[in-house]
Amino acid sequence: MSGPLLEIEELSVSFPSDAGALPAVRSVGFAIAPGQTVALVGESGSGKSVTALAAMGLLPPSTRVSGSVRFEGRELLRLAPSELRKVRGGSIAMVFQEPMTSLNPVLRIGRQIEEVLALHRGFDAVRARAEAIELLGHVGIASPERRVDQYPHELSGGMKQRVMLAMAVAGRPKLLIADEPTTALDVTIQAQILKLLRTLCREQNMALLLITHDFGIVAHFAEQVNVMYGGKIVERAPVVPLFASPSHPYTRALLAAMPRAELGRARLEAIPGRVPALDQMPAGCPFAPRCKLAFDRCVEMPPLSRVLGDSTGQHVACWAVETETT
Amino acid sequence: MNDGSSDPEQLGERRTPFGEVWQVFRRDRLAMTGLVALAVLVVCALLGKLLTEWWVVIDPATVRLPDKLRPPLSGPSEVIGAERLPEFGFYLFGTDDLGRSVFARMLQGSFVSLTIGLVSVGISVGIGVLLGGIAGYYGERKFLFVRIDAWIMRFTDVALCFPTFFLILTVVALLPPSIFNIMIVIGVTSWMGTARFIRAEFLSLRERDFVLAARALGLPSWRLIFRHMVPNALSPVFVSATIDVARAVLTESALSFLGFGVQPPYATWGNILADGRAFLFDAPWLFLIPGSAILLIVLAFNLVGEGLREAMNPKLRRARA
Repeated sequence: MSGPLLEIEELSVSFPSDAGALPAVRSVGFAIAPGQTVALVGESGSGKSVTALAAMGLLPPSTRVSGSVRFEGRELLRLAPSELRKVRGGSIAMVFQEPMTSLNPVLRIGRQIEEVLALHRGFDAVRARAEAIELLGHVGIASPERRVDQYPHELSGGMKQRVMLAMAVAGRPKLLIADEPTTALDVTIQAQILKLLRTLCREQNMALLLITHDFGIVAHFAEQVNVMYGGKIVERAPVVPLFASPSHPYTRALLAAMPRAELGRARLEAIPGRVPALDQMPAGCPFAPRCKLAFDRCVEMPPLSRVLGDSTGQHVACWAVETETT
Repeated sequence: MNDGSSDPEQLGERRTPFGEVWQVFRRDRLAMTGLVALAVLVVCALLGKLLTEWWVVIDPATVRLPDKLRPPLSGPSEVIGAERLPEFGFYLFGTDDLGRSVFARMLQGSFVSLTIGLVSVGISVGIGVLLGGIAGYYGERKFLFVRIDAWIMRFTDVALCFPTFFLILTVVALLPPSIFNIMIVIGVTSWMGTARFIRAEFLSLRERDFVLAARALGLPSWRLIFRHMVPNALSPVFVSATIDVARAVLTESALSFLGFGVQPPYATWGNILADGRAFLFDAPWLFLIPGSAILLIVLAFNLVGEGLREAMNPKLRRARA
């Protein structure tokens, strides 16, 4: 099969407010091939999660979403609610940042997994329970036949995230969206969960959209990387050229801000300023106020995404890079 | 694989949410007293239904005119035939102006009081959960240019404005006074508190991560509302429902006292009390006994309600522990 699994084009999201519509995501587009792992990287508030939620149709009804999100050629943004429900959990599953609060506190974890199995795979109660135990064991939970009857508060954070993963893969989705799946966990458990995530993706040939702000995770996992800033994708590249020659000043600044062993006790780079608030988005390039290379045109006009000449598949939206290379 | 999931021995004692509430509740002496009193009342009510109607050992309708207005613990006079002797050979709670055993009548009335309390609260909680749930979950959507939330909550405010008791009196005066009508009328006029509780809980639950996660898994709305959100919103409702049962019992007694409730010869605590008011000084037990019984049931439900409130609220719970 050819063609991408998920294709997002010109996706814009804005939240209504008293001061007018606030644009959270602006003309974002990227694609994910079957089985591929794509990362969406950026600071808090850059629109990563909103992009994912918009694609799933999970934003509140007052939000204005435009553009196109196609999954296996079907337009998700204009799908009937009943059809969309089949896609959610069945074809696309999502894992959230906070395992502590993402499980229903009053239901046994087994019930919550069985619910997905009954809904998306039509299992009866007996089969669903057997499969739930099987799944819990598969995501690395010891003595699953006892854990299945426990309540979320009896599990640790790492275990809860494992349960969330079990629920997510229970519907055999083709795409898993993981929204900062390890941010709330200890470093040691982060590594375990990421490993599990990779194993699950490989076994089921599941594509993964990994939302994170951790370039370490990106380097290990992603094949394709989208760097987001101020609601826009500022740079898109395969993982190797991105790390070898980051082009956008924001990507460079982010990479420079990563602690590295070889730097020793040298002072860590920081990006001055912070992500602009939604109601104060600059007219030009969103990064211009914090960019070292910014000049007049950056402030006046938003740069368009251009392919870099050296056939590495890097796309960059930056006036400075454009004038540099031409 | 070492986030604590490795050692099955460490799983510890199984504790359900119910088990935790029970642990705290058990230590609350007043609430336990209330619970025991309720248990006794429930047994009385069931025995009453059984012994006075289905397998008549104690007949509350037996009239013994020679023995009228006997005080409690007095024995029957010789003229009473064997088939009309009182339950234990003497009148435990005395007799009324027709010589009927007050004990037998109280027993019959306990079932009425309790079922009216429980069923009417069941009806009001049902209506409240439904309306509050719709207002809290679908509130943002509009119906005739006004938000659904506003429609339902303003309707609730209107319902709250009516003086409930007079509304009940009006309805009961128009409808035939049967026990079912009274249950329905009390239920239909007391759902407003529940609706407000549920709506408030839903507004906060709606924003919680697990609801978003459940939506991301494609669960349909009704399942989300009734399986995921309602159980999480129920604990304040539970507390207010126990106290509402007490109020419903009181309302029924008041209605019966006024003669609008369950009709004689069927005995209820309210109409025993009403019959007794003519003999206030000659036979004080006629109002003291049903009066104390009503006091006891209302007190018991209130104590249990208070105990549940403390046991279900984690903040109060920690203060106690």
